[in-house]
Amino acid sequence: MSFRAPSLAQTLFVVALFVALTLPLFASAYYLQFASKVLITGVLAMGLNLAVGQGGMVSLCHGAFFGVAGYILALATPGYDAAPLLATLPLAVLGSAGLAFLIGCFALRTRGVYFIMVTLAFGEMLFYLFHDSGIAGGSDGAFINARPDILIAGRQWLNLDKPLVFYCVMLALTAAVAGLLAMLVRSPFGHALAAVRDNERRARSLGFPIFRIRLSAFVISGGLAGLAGYFAAAQFGFVAPQMLSWHVSAAALVMVLIGGLRSVTGPLIGALVLTGLEEVLKAEFENWKLIEGLIVILLVIVLPGGLRQLGLLTTWAPRKEVAPASGAGRA
Amino acid sequence: MSLMTFGIQLLNAFQYAMVLFLVASGLTLVFGILGYINLAHGAFYMLGAYLAYWIVAKTGSFALAMIGGTAIAFVLGVILERTLVQRLYGRDHLMQVLLSFGLILVLDDARQILFGKDVHAVAPPSWLGGTIQLTDNLSYSVYRLAISAFCLAVAAAMFWVIARTRIGMMVRAGAENREMTRVLGIGFDRLNRYVFAAGIALAALGGIVIAPISTVFPGMGDGMLILSFVVVVLGGIGSVGGAALGALLVGITDTFGKVFFPSISSILVYLLMAAVLVWRPSGLLGRGEI
Amino acid sequence: MLDLARRTLLRARGLRKQFGGVTAVADVSLDVRMGEIHAVIGPNGAGKSTLINLLAGELYTTSGSIWLDDRDVTFWRPDRRARAGLGRAYQKTTLFPDFSVLENVRLAAQASGSSPLRVFGSARADAVLLGCARTAITKAGLGGREALLARALSHGEQRQLEIAMVLATEPHVVLLDEPLAGMGLSEARDIIALIASLKADRAILLVEHDMDAVFKLADRLTVMQDGRVIASGLPEEVRHQPAVRMAYLGNPQAFE
Repeated sequence: MSFRAPSLAQTLFVVALFVALTLPLFASAYYLQFASKVLITGVLAMGLNLAVGQGGMVSLCHGAFFGVAGYILALATPGYDAAPLLATLPLAVLGSAGLAFLIGCFALRTRGVYFIMVTLAFGEMLFYLFHDSGIAGGSDGAFINARPDILIAGRQWLNLDKPLVFYCVMLALTAAVAGLLAMLVRSPFGHALAAVRDNERRARSLGFPIFRIRLSAFVISGGLAGLAGYFAAAQFGFVAPQMLSWHVSAAALVMVLIGGLRSVTGPLIGALVLTGLEEVLKAEFENWKLIEGLIVILLVIVLPGGLRQLGLLTTWAPRKEVAPASGAGRA
Repeated sequence: MSLMTFGIQLLNAFQYAMVLFLVASGLTLVFGILGYINLAHGAFYMLGAYLAYWIVAKTGSFALAMIGGTAIAFVLGVILERTLVQRLYGRDHLMQVLLSFGLILVLDDARQILFGKDVHAVAPPSWLGGTIQLTDNLSYSVYRLAISAFCLAVAAAMFWVIARTRIGMMVRAGAENREMTRVLGIGFDRLNRYVFAAGIALAALGGIVIAPISTVFPGMGDGMLILSFVVVVLGGIGSVGGAALGALLVGITDTFGKVFFPSISSILVYLLMAAVLVWRPSGLLGRGEI
Repeated sequence: MLDLARRTLLRARGLRKQFGGVTAVADVSLDVRMGEIHAVIGPNGAGKSTLINLLAGELYTTSGSIWLDDRDVTFWRPDRRARAGLGRAYQKTTLFPDFSVLENVRLAAQASGSSPLRVFGSARADAVLLGCARTAITKAGLGGREALLARALSHGEQRQLEIAMVLATEPHVVLLDEPLAGMGLSEARDIIALIASLKADRAILLVEHDMDAVFKLADRLTVMQDGRVIASGLPEEVRHQPAVRMAYLGNPQAFE
């Protein structure tokens, strides 16, 4: 194998990976928490991208999957004690996945713009459910007074209160999620999903069961959003109906845009960029929302291909698909 | 429930439905004719309400608020279409969703800068204030009746324009076959611009009209956005008649839902939407019909 | 041509399709047997496209029944029929434009393969599927063009790709919807030869306007008009029937 000087994108990737791995050595608690937050939102965005980028389903209800998992943790946390992670995490993920199944069964009967609107509506329905019904504090939200831990035979094997531990757990999980998604994308299932996205009619006439394929991708994507939501709630120590808002989905979509629809780990970079941008803006400006909004608008008009358009991102594996980087493909 | 109370609830439902129709018709027109999904629609509704508050506070005239507010929204719509929206016709819906999201962030903060984030009340115009006495104990607000009448008039005007004028014909042609009309080039750029601006103006008008009977608060856009989407999905994208039907269904479901099932009233509307989708995935009056 | 011994692989009985007040297809019955090409012709508006859509499952029948082999598939969705051995080539080229030729055909092979939705392993490196795909590509005459993007192919090549994709699903029954539409003379010749070569182990239903091709290829012929069958049987017999000539009045090239 001949050696070529690495491109800018590849260099950046290696640097980012290096920083991520060595962060615990030099970063303060604040930065570790920030990095954990980036990873959490990155998992949400990567999971969403399975539905959006690979599946062509633009979903605005992933906030609901994100938030419901957080609420499950809140409801499962007894008073001031820690909830058992090994029991509550699968419960939360399954809860979100189950919700995705229910919503998907209805929403996937529709296409294109109807699908977007329907997911928006169902997402908001769940927001109102938590807001008005008084589950876990209703509109006030609820505190999670102790982070979940792993308690076996009287000894605490995992304590998430330390930012360092939390970060390492998130790093491992993020890597696992990225690995899972990479596996799915290159598998026959992933290719079938892409085929359904690109030409539903042809895919169906070849024999692909399109509803089942889409629903499966939607459910997996929802479960991953739940995984992110669980840890978001654990980190923040608080859940509120705002976690289920469609703005959460929309922000995740921005991350997907920045990182690239056709990339598995791209949305993670998008999460880094957007979260970092928000931190900087919030610190400097009072009207940071205005600036963020303008940046999003600019991105859509000028940089629809995300960072890849600027040559700042790349894929390592041989090109899985030869689809153009402009994110073409009707949702 | 007595007949009178039922009658009043019905009036309320109808009035609510009329405002919903006003806002949702703008949304469905923009989607049906331009193929553009505008999630910022609710933000314009909110902006209309805040404009109404501000103009009334400055000039004391509600009529001025109606005319001025609608005009400002229309001009804003023209500017936005020309600079941003028109670049996204025919593009991936994802891009349109994201552009709308960016717009919402901008409009929210703009509202905060211009009008602050306080909650306000707006007084209805004095000649429409007061109530009508229905029975010994029950009276109904004149202003609410006026809203219903006004929205009906606007709806009638819309149907007339679409069914009977040249502009309406072009609108219908555009809805049926966007590609063909673009190729034929019958001045569609300008038509698209005005349709978009009209859609925005309708949303703002809804906000202006509702301001005297509802509080003007920062989050009012989101609620209306979702509801107008439900109305559009129920009625079928692009169908103004469908928007009317959907608005009536939502209005009745919501109003009577609050009376009979108060604990789950807020989610009843979504259950209705789910039920309709099972039966008709493209909405009650389908697509492409105006 | 003796056709008594050949198995009937596709059977339609009394097919009827109504769209509101319009009857697009009324009481259409036909059989397609193994090893034969059954062509369906008729003037525009005769209901041929609707018929193919009914047979493929993209439209549901108002009444009537459809049988694949011995199975009643009348209420089966298109993907289920495809997995049961029904292949379809579209009139308007329907491919995956951003995938390569090889990938398009590999996907087709995957769909009818043993585990089409497996979540493990690499789809692109699947030797079995790739082999099947390459065979189909060569048979369809696209050998050497595997790496090209589907959107980069010429119109004729795209039609060949459609057929390659259908072949890769290893169907027993093939529905060909105007495969020669928009083709030049030499391209058409290649496709005609290709279609002729397909019929060996399959039953082929061919809808076409190109009369040259129809009479070169058809073992049996059905003529439709206004949604009904007005003649059916051996091509040489059908072409002389007065009803058929009436239907084509105004198209003097049709039958001479």
